[in-house]
Formats: sequence, C-alpha cells, structure tokens
Amino acid sequence: MIKNSPVIKVKIQNEDFDVSEETRFLQQDNTGAIVNFVGIVRGYDEKNNRTIHSMKLEHYPGMTESEIEKIIFESYKRWQLTGITVIHRVGNLKPSDKIVFVGVSSKHRQNAFDGCNFIMDWLKTKAPFWKVEENNNKRNWVSFNESDNQALKKWKK
Amino acid sequence: MVIKYFSWIKEHIGESEELIDIPSDITNVDQLINYLNEKDSKYNLLFEKKELIKIAVNKTYSSFDTKVSNSDEIAFFPPVTGG
Repeated sequence: MIKNSPVIKVKIQNEDFDVSEETRFLQQDNTGAIVNFVGIVRGYDEKNNRTIHSMKLEHYPGMTESEIEKIIFESYKRWQLTGITVIHRVGNLKPSDKIVFVGVSSKHRQNAFDGCNFIMDWLKTKAPFWKVEENNNKRNWVSFNESDNQALKKWKK
Repeated sequence: MVIKYFSWIKEHIGESEELIDIPSDITNVDQLINYLNEKDSKYNLLFEKKELIKIAVNKTYSSFDTKVSNSDEIAFFPPVTGG
C-alpha cells in the first residue's frame, strides 16, 4: 500500500483537458513543485516528409489503464510524489490538439522533474496506444521509434 | 478463447476480435501461434516475424511460453505508439 497517499488520476478520453484545472488538482498541502508535460499533435511528419491532416488513436481498454497504473506506482515508489495525473486522449485528433498530459507534484523540484520524465518514457514504450496518421485519404500506422527504447536506459537502477 | 487484435494487425486480420476453441494439447502462446498459422493463411503474414509482435494474456504483457487455455483473453498487437 502507498503511505501518505498521493492524489492520482488516470483518464483515457476523447475530450480535451484543461491544464490549469489539472495543475490545481495536483497541488496538495505538502506540495512544493509541480511539473506538467503536454504532448501536442504535430502537423508535419519530418521522418517521412509529409503533412498530417488528422490522426486517430486507439487503445486496449482495461490493459492500457492497468499499464499506466503500474508506471504510476513505480514512479511514486522512486520519487515519493504527492500527486500524479495521466490523461491520454483517443479518437480523432487534429494538428495542434493536445494529446497527452502527464503532471506530477512533489515536495521538491528534482523529484517532480524526474518523475514526470520517467512516466512519459515508460508510457511511450508500454502503454497500449496506437496512432494512425491520415493525409488525403492515405492512412499510415505510426511505427515504433527505437529512440523511445533507448530513452528507458537512463532509468535503470 | 477470445483473441483481440489492434492497429494494423486488426486491419490485416479483418476483425478486432475472434472467439475460438483451441484443442487441449495447445497449452502456450507459441503453440497457439502455430495452430492459427495452420488453420488459416491469413495469420501467416502476421506471424512471419512473430518476435516483432507484442502479446498480452489476460491484459498482461506475455511471451511465447506463457500458458494459455480456452478461458483466456489473448491479444496480438504491434509495438505501442502513444504519447
């Protein structure tokens, strides 16, 4: 069981989210630092040199939430965070839409920076989401980026 | 047994899930893959490089030697691309 329980929120949703509202949720009596990460849909795919008109995200209901909860629990154990929120959007998105929110709070800033970074790195490699980009009736399933696997190495104990 | 597919694998197989009964001598994921490959050629391309496919048994990441039975939910999907 988690001691001094942090506030925790995990949401998979179609709707947009409000960063100010989520930041307020993370602030507890013993919070001294909050770090938020917001991922945005890019309008251009640099790797394949093409414009993205829209994107669709799908997930594996049940498994996605449980994988995110595992990541959150590990991050709490390592950095004693006071609040953790992961919101990931699914469904149809357009360039400049917000796609993911990872926010953490802690007593001191370094734990918040590291905790947020850790959650995002693990989310990219473990949480079952898949993106398909759409451009002039062409669909392209986004392929896994090996650099995301490399990013995990810095968290080895 | 329920088998679920996601992303391009779902499109390749042509459905998001299938209900199948496996014979009692199929006891792990690897044997299940061999069984499906022999059952229908639609699985051949999917499992051609099976080490690139992610496997979940009852919504937990699993491997070729994970035990399976008719009461399980299996999922095959490509490496994840969220975030």
